Amino acid sequence: MSTLQKHTDREYEAELEKLKEQVLFMGARTEELLTQAMRAFAERDADGARLTMRIDRQVDQLELDIDQLCLKILARRQPVASDLRFITTTMKLVTDLERIGDLGVNVCERVIELSAEPPLPATQSVTRIAEAALGMLHDALDAFVAGNTELAEEVIERDGQVDAYYAQLFPELLQLMMKDAGSVFRATRLQSIAKYLERIADHATNVAEMVVFMVRGKDVRHAFALSRTDD
Amino acid sequence: MTQSVSLLGATTSARDSTRSSARTSAPPTTDQPKMRAEALKAYFGATEVLKGVTLPVASHTVTAIIGPSGCGKSTFIRCLNRMHEVVAGARVAGKVLLDHQDIYAPDVDPVRVRRRVGMVFQKPNPFPTMTIRENVLSGLVLNGLRPKDPGELVERALRQVALWDEVKDVLNRSGTSLSGGQQQRLCIARSLALEPEVLLMDEPCSALDPIATARVEELIHELRERYTIVIVTHNMQQAARVADFTAFFYLGELVEHDRTDVIFTRPSEKKTEDYITGRFG
Amino acid sequence: MTERHWQRKLVDAMVRGLCLVATLAALVPLGLVLYYVTSRGIGGIDRAFFTELPKPVGETGGGMANAFVGTLELVGLACLFGIPPGVLAGVYLAEFGERRFAKLVRFSADVMSGVPSITIGIFVYTLIVLRTKSFSAYAGGVALAVLMLPTVTRTTEELLRLVPESLREAALGLGVPKWRATLSVVLRTAAPGIATGIMLAIARVAGETAPLLFTAFNNAFWPTGLGQPTASLPVQIYTYAVSPYDDWHQKAWAAALLLVGMVLILNVSARLLVRPRVRSR
Repeated sequence: MSTLQKHTDREYEAELEKLKEQVLFMGARTEELLTQAMRAFAERDADGARLTMRIDRQVDQLELDIDQLCLKILARRQPVASDLRFITTTMKLVTDLERIGDLGVNVCERVIELSAEPPLPATQSVTRIAEAALGMLHDALDAFVAGNTELAEEVIERDGQVDAYYAQLFPELLQLMMKDAGSVFRATRLQSIAKYLERIADHATNVAEMVVFMVRGKDVRHAFALSRTDD
Repeated sequence: MTQSVSLLGATTSARDSTRSSARTSAPPTTDQPKMRAEALKAYFGATEVLKGVTLPVASHTVTAIIGPSGCGKSTFIRCLNRMHEVVAGARVAGKVLLDHQDIYAPDVDPVRVRRRVGMVFQKPNPFPTMTIRENVLSGLVLNGLRPKDPGELVERALRQVALWDEVKDVLNRSGTSLSGGQQQRLCIARSLALEPEVLLMDEPCSALDPIATARVEELIHELRERYTIVIVTHNMQQAARVADFTAFFYLGELVEHDRTDVIFTRPSEKKTEDYITGRFG
Repeated sequence: MTERHWQRKLVDAMVRGLCLVATLAALVPLGLVLYYVTSRGIGGIDRAFFTELPKPVGETGGGMANAFVGTLELVGLACLFGIPPGVLAGVYLAEFGERRFAKLVRFSADVMSGVPSITIGIFVYTLIVLRTKSFSAYAGGVALAVLMLPTVTRTTEELLRLVPESLREAALGLGVPKWRATLSVVLRTAAPGIATGIMLAIARVAGETAPLLFTAFNNAFWPTGLGQPTASLPVQIYTYAVSPYDDWHQKAWAAALLLVGMVLILNVSARLLVRPRVRSR
């Protein structure tokens, strides 16, 4: 995107610029929500988690605003080519970001539940997933801003790592539960948080795939499901 | 139909045989071009306005030519039926193949080329001294051909352009008494009456209002079944709406030629991208 | 209302008044001529005026039948000699003319239209009358034709230029050969205007005296052939008007009235011709 000249129509240019800023702001708010949720998780801070959940309202509002702006641009400018791909990507991307926000809220809910209980030793493994997932989201958004397909492809690769961490967590929790039946409640809560984080990584992967499409005009989604040979 | 003008021995049956295979759901290809420009250059005096364009035009498709003013797009389609050379000082080099035969070969009569490759112009230009009916028949009459059943031919041509119901009671009025959009459809009917194989349209809607434009575009969709159409347009949305293929010209050169959906979603050339997204100059 | 407003109104009224006065000043002579010629000439118009030959000097009565017929004859010959080359030259200038040669032709036509008509009379006298050793209707016709030629040429050219280029292109685009397009479309479109121009040219030469004095000369009898001296209304008027006889003066006025009437009819029919053949609405 950044390699392109500016639009002849300055107002159009400004609208696209504004749209991009809004998406970045929404991304930043989502990242903030997750970071705060994980901080509350680490510090077992129920109040912090409650406070963090409020950020989601802002994220939801941003989704509405961005959709509105996209519709307006579609109706008034009939964008084509890279502009069209940018708009359609944005419309889908905000859905993913909104879902990530919801998952962040779910994390906070589990954090509140867990804060009343004594800690379990598996916390470290969950944090590991969180760091990986958050890193993916951060890089996917960076790739979107910079139109960097290499970074986006790297993000897509990293989803496998998160899946692997998640797979490793389950036996760990199973062992804890078998050792001590009293830990079942906490272990299942940890399992849920890990599941949310794994989903967040999937959404980050979606974002990265969209970035590749947006920049190259090439669809890389469902690469295994459909062996389409569309040039 | 008295019309059986065949320029280079090509018969109309060639067209019929491809008709059935047109309009399938598969995306159109340029595998079997109806026309093909090869290293086509055009000049006005010493100025080179087309700098070696090679472009195939697939049978039974609509090809749109887009590009900024002065990019040579009008000149290009005027080369496809040898109308470029009617202007004093205009010259052409290179080849234009129509059914694999060069229309610029020395033994080819440009007049016959123009009967096979019809043209519709930017401004509706019905003959003012003729009635609507005479306008439709003018291509034949001026060529000294007498249709067997002129009434039937007039009705068929006017029905093809969806004008029959509007004018059937006023066929003896002047062609210029119609509205702009009707006049343009009359001009298209006039071209179709000669049963051309290819129809060239030079910004056919630029003088029309949106409703008249929509009707002409609808007409283009229908005509594609029977004719091969090349349309020059300033309106990119129009190209996106009506064309199977789109070619982008810039400064007398063909920058990019591809399926319309590809051009408008992911063009390969940065110049194309800049032009269609409005990032020019 | 402000003062400015009244000032504006005043200036407007003054300019309008001046224009009106100027128009009246131009109309008054025309009205006076018509009135004078009618009042003096109407008395001389009777059956004999149209049917009888002039009586010898001294006898009263008789008419100008021979001059009336002679004028028709001369104008007819002038049309025959003048219109076809004039129109074709106009077509050449507008449609085919190469720059240099066309410029030369145009220049000569303009110069020729400024040459005094008596000069043309002398020219034709030298060219034809001296060689054939006889005044003749031919010579008179040629003289009038030469007089008409530049007007007809230039009018044709100008009117053909007014025909929009798009009509030529429309015809060529239908595969019509250029000569056919020029004749059937371009010339036909401009025809009413050209006819008007021709009518006006005829009206002008019908009243010419000077070129006829040396060419058709005069004749007191019925014209027996185109190779004979031929009477005409203008020459007859001239002869009678300078004579000392009252009866001849009376006849000259009547002939003048007839001439004015003919010119008027030509002018009016020229105006009627401009109406298009096909109804527009």
